[in-house]
Amino acid sequence: MLELKQLYQGFRDPQTIASLAQDIAKVARTLKEPINIMEVCGGHTHTIMKYGLLDLLPDNIEFIHGPGCPVCIMPKERIDQAAVLAQQEDVILVTLGDMIRVPGSKGSLASFRAKGCDIRPIYDPLDTLKIARDNPHKTVVFFAIGFETSTPMTAVLLQLAEQQKLANVFFHINHVLVPPAIDAVMHDPNARVNAFIGPAHVSVISGAKIYRPAVEQYGTPVVVSGFEPVDVMESILRIMRQKAAGKAELDIQYSRAVSEQGNLAAQAKVEQFFQIRPQFRWRGLGPIPNSALQLKPEYAHRDAELRFKNCLPVKEIDDHKACQCGDILRGLAKPKDCKVFGRGCNPETPLGSCMVSSEGACNAYYRYQGIDSKEQHHG
Amino acid sequence: MADVSTKEKAIQLSHGGGGKEMNKLIRELFFTEFDNPILRSEEDAAKLELQGATAFTTDSFTVSPLFFAGGDIGKLAVAGTVNDLAMMGAEPQYLSCSVIIEEGFSLKDLTTIVRSMAKELKQSGARIVCGDTKVVPKGCADGLFINTSGVGRILRPNISAANVAPGDAIIVSRDVGCHGAAILMAREGLSLESELQSDCATLWPVVEQLIAANIPLHAMRDATRGGLSAVLNEWAVAANVGITVNEASIPVCDEVKGLCELYGFEPMDLANEGTFILAVPNDIALGALEIMQRFGHCESAAIIGTVNDELPGKVILRTPWNTKRYLDLPQGELLPRIC
Repeated sequence: MLELKQLYQGFRDPQTIASLAQDIAKVARTLKEPINIMEVCGGHTHTIMKYGLLDLLPDNIEFIHGPGCPVCIMPKERIDQAAVLAQQEDVILVTLGDMIRVPGSKGSLASFRAKGCDIRPIYDPLDTLKIARDNPHKTVVFFAIGFETSTPMTAVLLQLAEQQKLANVFFHINHVLVPPAIDAVMHDPNARVNAFIGPAHVSVISGAKIYRPAVEQYGTPVVVSGFEPVDVMESILRIMRQKAAGKAELDIQYSRAVSEQGNLAAQAKVEQFFQIRPQFRWRGLGPIPNSALQLKPEYAHRDAELRFKNCLPVKEIDDHKACQCGDILRGLAKPKDCKVFGRGCNPETPLGSCMVSSEGACNAYYRYQGIDSKEQHHG
Repeated sequence: MADVSTKEKAIQLSHGGGGKEMNKLIRELFFTEFDNPILRSEEDAAKLELQGATAFTTDSFTVSPLFFAGGDIGKLAVAGTVNDLAMMGAEPQYLSCSVIIEEGFSLKDLTTIVRSMAKELKQSGARIVCGDTKVVPKGCADGLFINTSGVGRILRPNISAANVAPGDAIIVSRDVGCHGAAILMAREGLSLESELQSDCATLWPVVEQLIAANIPLHAMRDATRGGLSAVLNEWAVAANVGITVNEASIPVCDEVKGLCELYGFEPMDLANEGTFILAVPNDIALGALEIMQRFGHCESAAIIGTVNDELPGKVILRTPWNTKRYLDLPQGELLPRIC
């Protein structure tokens, strides 16, 4: 059995962190230009804020929080679709984590659950099978979300539903891809990002290779990083060293789990069931071509978007005017630049999805930071 | 031991109907296990002799699953209410016990739960002196709900969140997060192997010793739902003080740390059912700690922080590498991270 302590031991050693901070400061002094690092994944945003790493870093490093949180980038119309599905007679809507708290245009899934809809947050997508078996006369819709990391699990769920001939399991697919999001960020004429911390969980599945085009096309270092404080500090140091040497390379800091090629079996499973969706609208980033997945035609009989085609709303719904989630996800604004941050928008009553998810930039800033600017922080 | 008929395997609606079956259930199970003269008198209300300042509290227990490593809903229902009294410096005396049972509930499980309550009562010497039994149709409750109310004689007045003051030390009675983690692990879908047990326990014995030793207790609170984070934030706001805690000093066992890693939780946000937080003047903190550490459940008690007047209403966590961040209240349902 895996010893749970192996998950973190050694990666929070104060001495290691202090010595990495010293090394970073040393290299930082040699740099002529500031470094604007985008941590694409909300998990890294969380690490930086939760462990107070900003306190340890020199002023010429700025973090820009990217669009790598599956909850944050979900446009309202997709949440509305989930809510409509949950309102159908004899439908059980199943989804993961924070998704049930994200506001749609008519409320969050949690609010629909309170009105009597059968909406079940689960820990493991495979729990869907048990729900389907226990409720043979109901239609169970799995509202699938997440990046490359979580797609294989949905594929396995689909495969098992097929094998077990569970005809009442359907899928509403919202799986999205990291590289097109990076392209969208970099194609913005105002983009300031000049280095990336790459999401490690994504790369465990897809391999570090998916970032190679970004390195070559934009001349930015990409370091694939783990999520512990030592991981992130070491990744920052590696980025600094590349910058100091005038290089832009793909580097894997999280080598204990990530390889260049990734998990080929998982990739094959995804290939088997999914194909690229021509276009998906991202919250804040707008429509991005080839940036998401959908079921292959041979699994159309499992596709909730087809099965419930007649009742699903398709109207695109933008965020609240005052909400700056879009600019924050593009790296053009900081959470505290948003006028409603901590006032009209807080984790209890979020206006924007960046405040909802524990991996959202606004949520991380709200929870952990603002010690020096409390008047702005908790109001 | 109660002699409960084994023929009746499950609770029927008739067990709540006020007739023979209900009478049998109450006599053979509840009266036998909770036996005491006040309960046995079977009046409409218990007649109590209360003297001086009295603490009164109530709590409903709806935990799922009903049985978990280190306890069950019955142990929880007694320990929870007794602890609420203890945290006010009150000696737990009399409890009520109301059960709402779903039709079809296993009589064997009910018996186990009631016996567990009776066993836990012995830890504080409190007695259940009145109660109520309702049976609701299948589907109207999740197995079993228990409500317990309790009264206790206040031996040490003026223990209050409002009394937390700059210059106080914050002490936690043991490692945090065990109950929340044990419940998570017991829930469907989390098939992890672990020795982890809930911390569910009656806290009166150790509190009694702190009172006997004349420790000036400014505030005490058992860190139940919302965990350590919730208690500290409530205190910071209630007393309008700042609280700084050192992450490295907060005891957390390896299992809880590991589970938090897997699911993206913070140990400080997880529920406890036998862990309490104290605010005492800094100069007597070591003395209080010594008394606590002599007790079972409190061997790992630790001083985790101090109260100051720097950022009133805020709790600051100092990391082992000397950076700072807020330790905020946990939000919403505890849901695992997505990626």
